[in-house]
Amino acid sequence: MDYANVSILLVLVVATALAFDFTNGFHDTGNAMATSIATRALKPKTAVGLSASLNLVGAFLSLSVAATIATGIVDSGVVTLEVVLAGLVGGILWNLITWFFGIPSSSSHALVGGIVGAVIAAVGTSGVQWTGLVGKVLIPALIAPIVAIAVASIGTWLVVRITRDVKDKTNDRMFRWGQIGSASLVSLAHGTNDAQKSMGIILLALIASGVAPSDSGVPFWVVLSCALAMALGTYIGGWRVIRTLGKGLVELSSRQGMAAETSSAAIILVSSHFGYSLSTTHVATGSIMGSGVGMKGAKVRWSVAGRMFGAWVITVPCAAAVGAFAVLIEQGIGGTAGAYVIFGLLVLASAFIYLRSRRTKVDSKNVNDEWESEADNESVVAQSVASHNPQLMRIKSKPRRKKGKKKGRENHKKKKHRKHKKSEKG
Amino acid sequence: MSEYIEWGAIANIIVVGLLFGAGVPALFALGVRTIASPAAFREDGTVSLTRRIAAYACFSVIVLAIVGAIIYIAAGGH
Repeated sequence: MDYANVSILLVLVVATALAFDFTNGFHDTGNAMATSIATRALKPKTAVGLSASLNLVGAFLSLSVAATIATGIVDSGVVTLEVVLAGLVGGILWNLITWFFGIPSSSSHALVGGIVGAVIAAVGTSGVQWTGLVGKVLIPALIAPIVAIAVASIGTWLVVRITRDVKDKTNDRMFRWGQIGSASLVSLAHGTNDAQKSMGIILLALIASGVAPSDSGVPFWVVLSCALAMALGTYIGGWRVIRTLGKGLVELSSRQGMAAETSSAAIILVSSHFGYSLSTTHVATGSIMGSGVGMKGAKVRWSVAGRMFGAWVITVPCAAAVGAFAVLIEQGIGGTAGAYVIFGLLVLASAFIYLRSRRTKVDSKNVNDEWESEADNESVVAQSVASHNPQLMRIKSKPRRKKGKKKGRENHKKKKHRKHKKSEKG
Repeated sequence: MSEYIEWGAIANIIVVGLLFGAGVPALFALGVRTIASPAAFREDGTVSLTRRIAAYACFSVIVLAIVGAIIYIAAGGH
């Protein structure tokens, strides 16, 4: 009887881990493909398709990271299946919330946060290896964007300087190819790094339930299902995050996109080589910002970047809070029933966020629409004066658009209209 | 503090990251410039053989770097 309970629980945990893997894929598509989509080097659907297949391939390529997630940060002796489940719930919910707001936050941080919170609630602070948490998770999160901004801004500066005589059209045509190549490399690296996080979790669950010995490697079915879950998530595409990365931070040209993606690919690979893995999300975001810093006249929307950094800082604590809360519910109800309740709550909460997201839908069709800055009109005026371009002002005061952009405008109006309705109700 | 921050690894990442992360785009740009800058075109609008060879040399180095990266990922990444 008890054995049956454990195996049902294990199935529940594995399903949740795969769900996390799915959210990981679709939350992080933007890291690799946002720039290619924004500069129209690839059509949106083609881009996510390419990224998904490379993620799939990447997941099979290397298995070296799988063990460290399971062992480095929490004491594997205190981890039970209930704790793993609660941790995953924290990770998934935080991923969905940040996705809803279009914030590219690190999926691996969400996962680590969820697990840490669950462990603290279950056995107290002694279950967490704080040195590992700070040294392997929190500090790299600060370092990654700094390194990425530096590398990408220098790269962009060099590229722009070297090709300044070349016609824009020629530049665009040639650098789009470079962009596709570098973005593909990022996808591949992402597949090798991130699919392994879920593999690590499932392995942790197998070990915790005694199905696998504590020094076990990753079984093949785990590799296959994780790879598929992530590829599927990637293909469905987190369009909200893609939009923020591609359009929200910097207006990207092909040259910047190429420099940014190459910088991301290089840093991700180099950092894993030196055994100091940096979050793909943090690196990619930093690189895109760096490509704005390195290009003269490019505007970096620091307000968007600031909001993003804020989200990064609170990712681990927030996911930890959800994880801890989940453990408390589990323990409050007790036994396997508690785990079922948690799973049910997760499904409900996910469904709620999904339905809520449909009100302001972002998909492959409107992902590249003009970024509607929340900035005040003053800054638009200031900018139009600074760049001697009265057109900028006119667009704001009189919404006269070219035919091609009409659709996006209408969408936006609809959105506004709905928001209005909602506020009337409330 | 040093138990939390692996300065050695970070320094390595910055140096090697710069070499590839900024060097490869610069090399690509050099290739583009060699083959497509206004100075590259002769009066009849064609590009000289020397320039084409130089440009394709740049691009081949980059292709090699990408292939190397893929092999590196496949080999386990460490």
